[in-house]
Amino acid sequence: MSHDVSALPGRFDVAVIGAGVVGCALARRFALAGARVAVIEKAVDILDGASKGNSAILHTGFDAPVGSLEQSCVAAGYAEYLEIHGKLGLPLIKSGALVVAWSEEEEALLPTLMEQAHQNGVADVEALDETAMRSAEPGLGKGARVAFRVPREYLIDPWSAPYAYLLQAIENGAEILRGAEVTAGRRSDNGWVLETSRGTVDAGLVINAAGLWGDLLDEKLIGRRDFHIKPRKGQFVVYDKPAAKLASHILLPVPNKITKGVVVCRTAFGNLLVGPTAEDQDDREHAVLVTETLEALKKRGEEILPALKDQQVTAIYAGLRPATEFKDYRITAHDRTYITVGGIRSTGLSAALGIAQHVLKLAELNLAAPADPVWPTVPNISEFSPRDWQTEGHGGIVCHCELATKREIQKALDGPLPTKSLAGLKRRTRVTMGRCQGFFCSAEIARLTEGHFDRPMAEKAQ
Amino acid sequence: MTTLPQETDVLVIGAGPAGLGAATVLAKSARVLVVEREPTAGGIPRHCGHYPFGLREFHRLMKGPDYARALVGQAVEAGVQITTRVNVVRLEPGPRVTVTSDAGVTTIDAKIVLIATGVRESSRAQRLIGGEKPGGIIPTGALQSMVYLEGRRPFRRPVILGTELVSFSAIMTCRHARIKPVAMIEQNAQPTARWPAALYPQVKGVPLQLSTTIRAIEGRERVERVVVDGPAGTRVIETDGVIVTGMFRPEATLLDGSHLEKDRATGGPVIDAFGRCSDPAYFAAGNLLRPVETAGWSWAEGVAVARSITAALAGSLPQDPQHSVTLKGDALSWVVPQRFGRVGETAHRRFQLRVNRPVKGRLSVRAAGVEYSSIRIDSRPERRITVPLPPHAAPVEIVLEET
Ligand SMILES: Cc1cc2nc3c(=O)[nH]c(=O)nc-3n(C[C@H](O)[C@H](O)[C@H](O)COP(=O)(O)OP(=O)(O)OC[C@H]3O[C@@H](n4cnc5c(N)ncnc54)[C@H](O)[C@@H]3O)c2cc1C
Ligand SMILES: Cc1cc2nc3c(=O)[nH]c(=O)nc-3n(C[C@H](O)[C@H](O)[C@H](O)COP(=O)(O)OP(=O)(O)OC[C@H]3O[C@@H](n4cnc5c(N)ncnc54)[C@H](O)[C@@H]3O)c2cc1C
Repeated sequence: MSHDVSALPGRFDVAVIGAGVVGCALARRFALAGARVAVIEKAVDILDGASKGNSAILHTGFDAPVGSLEQSCVAAGYAEYLEIHGKLGLPLIKSGALVVAWSEEEEALLPTLMEQAHQNGVADVEALDETAMRSAEPGLGKGARVAFRVPREYLIDPWSAPYAYLLQAIENGAEILRGAEVTAGRRSDNGWVLETSRGTVDAGLVINAAGLWGDLLDEKLIGRRDFHIKPRKGQFVVYDKPAAKLASHILLPVPNKITKGVVVCRTAFGNLLVGPTAEDQDDREHAVLVTETLEALKKRGEEILPALKDQQVTAIYAGLRPATEFKDYRITAHDRTYITVGGIRSTGLSAALGIAQHVLKLAELNLAAPADPVWPTVPNISEFSPRDWQTEGHGGIVCHCELATKREIQKALDGPLPTKSLAGLKRRTRVTMGRCQGFFCSAEIARLTEGHFDRPMAEKAQ
Repeated sequence: MTTLPQETDVLVIGAGPAGLGAATVLAKSARVLVVEREPTAGGIPRHCGHYPFGLREFHRLMKGPDYARALVGQAVEAGVQITTRVNVVRLEPGPRVTVTSDAGVTTIDAKIVLIATGVRESSRAQRLIGGEKPGGIIPTGALQSMVYLEGRRPFRRPVILGTELVSFSAIMTCRHARIKPVAMIEQNAQPTARWPAALYPQVKGVPLQLSTTIRAIEGRERVERVVVDGPAGTRVIETDGVIVTGMFRPEATLLDGSHLEKDRATGGPVIDAFGRCSDPAYFAAGNLLRPVETAGWSWAEGVAVARSITAALAGSLPQDPQHSVTLKGDALSWVVPQRFGRVGETAHRRFQLRVNRPVKGRLSVRAAGVEYSSIRIDSRPERRITVPLPPHAAPVEIVLEET
């Protein structure tokens, strides 16, 4: 379905298709560079694709392929996050990581991995013998042999970060169109007329940041695709907050060719997660949890940290990585009016800001950056900085497990980028994400969100 | 905005049947403050819009909400101060608790603290049920709150997972809201709740599917179907919601960050026969102690523990050494109280136990190696079992010999 009515009036310098973490970072970078930006997202809220569920690690890129685009984007993205996170109100949990060898073969690989880290500019990696490893992480299971430390691998809030990027774009003039799928496009004299399910958008430059649908969108718009998305599912088990004291570092396995393997780490929200798996599938839409796999993850988690046996599971989730047949990112400027940013597989949260820098250079636009850009701050929902419940006037706690307040919920429901779905509200406020998973607060949230969501949580019984 | 006192004699955390029952007794001789995090006091019965409540307490048959109001009325009349929308977030020695409310974060000091925070059901995530995460997967508690407190209907034709008593409450709640459950699913070969309750699903037209598990919940925005594995193989049930019922666990979050000892078996605090926690300035009562009992039972426990607290305030509660209570027999899942010191005017007069699978056998109580009592049991999970405390203080063993 396409309309000829304009969905966003006027002409945009840039249309970013997709509001995943990559699209959000692109919107910010171009808006700060002075471009008039439109972001078009097919879901009712942002972060509905690959960016919905990840491990939330801010990678240094120590284990990225040397000389790859991925490595340089991760490094640049990492550096920019460290520079801007404070100004945007985003957390940074300086956990550091241990790469732990669990077998003789893995142990033999460590020197090579450390050398790779050096080549990637991560020079502060440090080998730990068994004693040093166990004093760094006393909870490690018996099978752990030796490790090396990557001191600057950190944890962040995977939802507030992209939200903050997009919010800053909007506060600096960008516009967002949600619930609008780009269905087709035609070239105009000086760019593109995109057709969406909600009307047309005129733009000089189109950036495809459609994540799991990137190849299909290329085919629709430019009639060809240079890569094929092969979704790779990752399932996770999340433990309740008391488990977070069992490990302070991010515990990384020795990576093999296919995946970074099962990680155990804390989260910005004070939990502990075990995951992800790496399972190839064709389906781009459905990230299905499988009981047996979750049980296996628990078991693996208990080998890594035996004390996990006594801990309670809080949540389970799965995400899809937009992997392709290539190892590296697929970022291509096809011409002056169309750039594909695809295949941002398993490091996009870390690399997004760096990808945006790279794409801005590729775009070669002639822009005048605003002299005094706006720096909004986003509400903190991480356990590692003061929360709203600690200050007065919060209106009372609604979600008891995560201590989410009425004021926080109301804030997420209005403002320049109001959330439109329960999934979105969860990502903004943590409601129902805690140990009771909505037992206590669902009913009140159904009332508070009345009229705000595209699909109400519960209809009024007449 | 209510101003919270900074100090009181007895601070009760949780205005459910246990907390209110205790507070009402204690208000005769002490200043009692009840802090409740919900907007209204009354606990879980507030949203159990069905019978039977109140027989033990008010000697008449009541629906949950009326019963909750009656308990609150009684407490207020007795002089209890109840504050709502106040969350306790931390327990410390002293005793001192930290709370948050619209007024921000404050602390309250007390002579005695009674923790009565109840139970909740375990979630879909805790059961590791596969599939997607659409809207419409909720526990009975959330369903009841939506229907009875908010006048809402989260779905029209859900499946109900579980056959505990609360699962039948879920059916009644559905009927009230004209929601038509399409199936009731139970992993075991028999329903968990006692007959004739187990007949209700047939009576009410909800097909009961035993020896069946949910393999996957499907649907991206809302539940569209569930895939189940049962005696007839793998089947698909078209549905628009899943009510995840029962498998209760104490709402014991406050213990996790505290100095109080927690019992892994019950998930609640370790208590002695007076209802005292490992810090004797803290007491506990009600379903926080274990999963799960009725409102009447929890209320009675609150009343009984109130007597211990009265004695503690008067300085007359014995501080004898506490002995351990050990379970022998792998079918026994937990026991309350977990410590045993003095006999006499204790709040708990009997040990409460549960089994984790259907068992028949002889259950005996031994103190210092001597058997004091025994009963024959033929029981199943979630069924109440009690045995008397031994007549004198000693390490206790409760032994199940299966036959
Ligand atoms: C299991 C797992 C663990 C991970 N762990 C980490 C980690 O620890 N650290 C890290 O840095 N990275 C991690 N990642 C990687 C990171 O999550 C991804 O690289 C990143 O989310 C990709 O973002 P994206 O914006 O490219 O894609 P997406 O998030 O998929 O965004 C694309 C958006 O485009 C929209 N869209 C698609 N088609 C259209 C259309 N036609 N019209 C309009 N909108 C459209 C979609 O709805 C979607 O919102 C992990 C990923 C997974 C799955
Ligand atoms: C869904 C469900 C249905 C049930 N149906 C029945 C039934 O039909 N019949 C029956 O007999 N029993 C039923 N029960 C059992 C129920 O637990 C008891 O009826 C009874 O409510 C137990 O009383 P309580 O005082 O121990 O706990 P609750 O009634 O649960 O009261 C605990 C109170 O503590 C408050 N609280 C918890 N944590 C904090 C905190 N940190 N700060 C401040 N306040 C806090 C809670 O908000 C709550 O109001 C049901 C239980 C559930 C979960």
